[in-house]
Amino acid sequence: MDIVTAKFLGPESTTERGIAMEKGKKEKYIIELKNLTKSYDGVRVVDSINLKIRENEFVTLLGPSGCGKTTTLRMIGGFEDPDEGEILFEGKLLNPVPPYKRNINTVFQRYALFPHMNVFENVAFGLRIKKLPKDEIQERVEKMLKMMDLQNFGKRHVDSLSGGQQQRVAIARALVNEPKVLLLDEPLGALDLKLRKEMQIELLDMQRSVGITFIYVTHDQEEALTMSDTVVVMNEGKIQQVGTPEDIYNEPTNRFVADFIGESNIIEAVMLEDKKVMFDGHVFDCVDTGFAPNEPVDVVIRPEDLKVTTPEQGMIRGTVTSVVFKGVHYEMLIENEYREYMVHSTLASPEGSVVGMTVQPFDIHVMKREGYGS
Amino acid sequence: MRKVRILAYPYSVWMAIFIVVPLILVLLYSFTEGDIRNLAALRFSTRSYERVLEPIYLKVIINSFVLATISTLCCLVLGYPVAMIVSRANPKVRGMLIMFLVVPMWMNFLLRTYAWMSILSPNGFLNRLLEVVGLPKLEIMPGKTAVLLGMIYNFLPFMILPIYTVLSKIDKQYIEAASDLGASKARTFFRIILPLSIPGVVSGITMVFLPAVSTFVISGLLGGGKTPLIGDLIEQQFMWEGNWHFGSSLSIILMVMILISMAIMSRIDRNGKQDENGYSKA
Repeated sequence: MDIVTAKFLGPESTTERGIAMEKGKKEKYIIELKNLTKSYDGVRVVDSINLKIRENEFVTLLGPSGCGKTTTLRMIGGFEDPDEGEILFEGKLLNPVPPYKRNINTVFQRYALFPHMNVFENVAFGLRIKKLPKDEIQERVEKMLKMMDLQNFGKRHVDSLSGGQQQRVAIARALVNEPKVLLLDEPLGALDLKLRKEMQIELLDMQRSVGITFIYVTHDQEEALTMSDTVVVMNEGKIQQVGTPEDIYNEPTNRFVADFIGESNIIEAVMLEDKKVMFDGHVFDCVDTGFAPNEPVDVVIRPEDLKVTTPEQGMIRGTVTSVVFKGVHYEMLIENEYREYMVHSTLASPEGSVVGMTVQPFDIHVMKREGYGS
Repeated sequence: MRKVRILAYPYSVWMAIFIVVPLILVLLYSFTEGDIRNLAALRFSTRSYERVLEPIYLKVIINSFVLATISTLCCLVLGYPVAMIVSRANPKVRGMLIMFLVVPMWMNFLLRTYAWMSILSPNGFLNRLLEVVGLPKLEIMPGKTAVLLGMIYNFLPFMILPIYTVLSKIDKQYIEAASDLGASKARTFFRIILPLSIPGVVSGITMVFLPAVSTFVISGLLGGGKTPLIGDLIEQQFMWEGNWHFGSSLSIILMVMILISMAIMSRIDRNGKQDENGYSKA
């Protein structure tokens, strides 16, 4: 599996940190998590996580609620102490450093703007703590407010701002400190859909222009795919897959990832030999290799990769049981004797009609069956 | 709305009979002289107000304010950290701590003050303890110190509870955000927690200062009449001297002074908050 921007660390590398550091010279990592673990009431909410994050990377921790993504972020920010494992910042151990001494800033889920200060003072807070000269504070805050399109809001009280404006103040307050890493905990969760889309683009532009590493937590898979250089899919405290959005979408490593990212048909199949997989009583050509002969596997086919044809031309045949118009496409459920397929197509076939379906070899994604083999 | 308003009628009547009418009477008596039982025969006079300005009475008023201010400050200094500790404690411990604070208030105020008498009196618990240890006896009762101790003890919960309420409502995210932006614990306290807790401090000060400035039982029992307060003076005029005119003007003076101090407090409370247009003054 080819992961371009972030890599798993094998468990052996924690014991051989020196070697890991040697390797680190080639590719500069700003944050490394090694066997990071945290439990609450005996439940491992974060379970031996290993992750390397490069400088200027936009990394998204994606997963359902309770998957440990926020806890991981809070440990990087210093608000939770890990039970086990190490957090390295530019190769140095970060665990004992209190949050106020970390060169990391956070945009909180509910923004946490100080209610007794106006917008200017909120943004200036970090600089005032650093005791910078007054004119420098003035200059930097004004520049930041301008960048966030908030130049006339300095004297406004934070409670009088809209959600989107508060969100921009929260980002300005963090970025004005010029952190090396910005942590964002579901920062767009409280905004309505349209504003959220706008802010996604704005955030992405901002990250490109300031050149800061963003670690972004969300449960919204579309948001993760839109914004990230690297997506880290988490479930039950464990990393499921690390990869580019394309990797994650096109080559999910397991059932959970395939199911969580987008819609998919997950099929139990048998890998007969390299590039030959059998399900629904047919042998299909595929592009995957490296499985044992007759190994049980899971196959993922995205709904848009199934093409509806006449029954005679189809590799799989079935009856249309439901057609729903979704705007860009129709969502059809097509049933055969083995299972029900979800198909996205711009053309609808009438309910009750018998149709065929074809799928290209490279659209059949074969995944290792969980609990099988190693 | 209209139906709900009906529910307020009993209170309105109650207020009219037992608050507004007596207030008018007190105001009336304070500006008159003559037989208090014959309202028609009362003559306008400012004599009782002039009497308030006599040095002996002025001293009592000033004394009351000084003692009330000191005990309020002591309550604040003692109470704030306690409120802080309680608000930070885990829920089980917190409930117990609040119980400890509230339980003494279930006991009668007089009884609690009598308890202090037996602790502080010349042959009381404190002095016997000192004797056993071999230290000289303390002569704090009767006296100002004893009055102060009594006031602080009795009014401390009224300082702690409002501050605790406000502190426990402060969103932890603000504290995390301050820490995230580089503020140490001390800085976070002075720049975030303290300013956000001002409403609690203000209502705590109000709730301690008001009863402290008008108290009369504590000074009578623990001060032994050596340090009369304005409350004692008013009680004396109504109960023993029978001079309702003088008592009334003392009451009015006390009321005006309390109103002024409350106005000052509410201004402090409002400071730093935004005006109607959402622009902050600071």
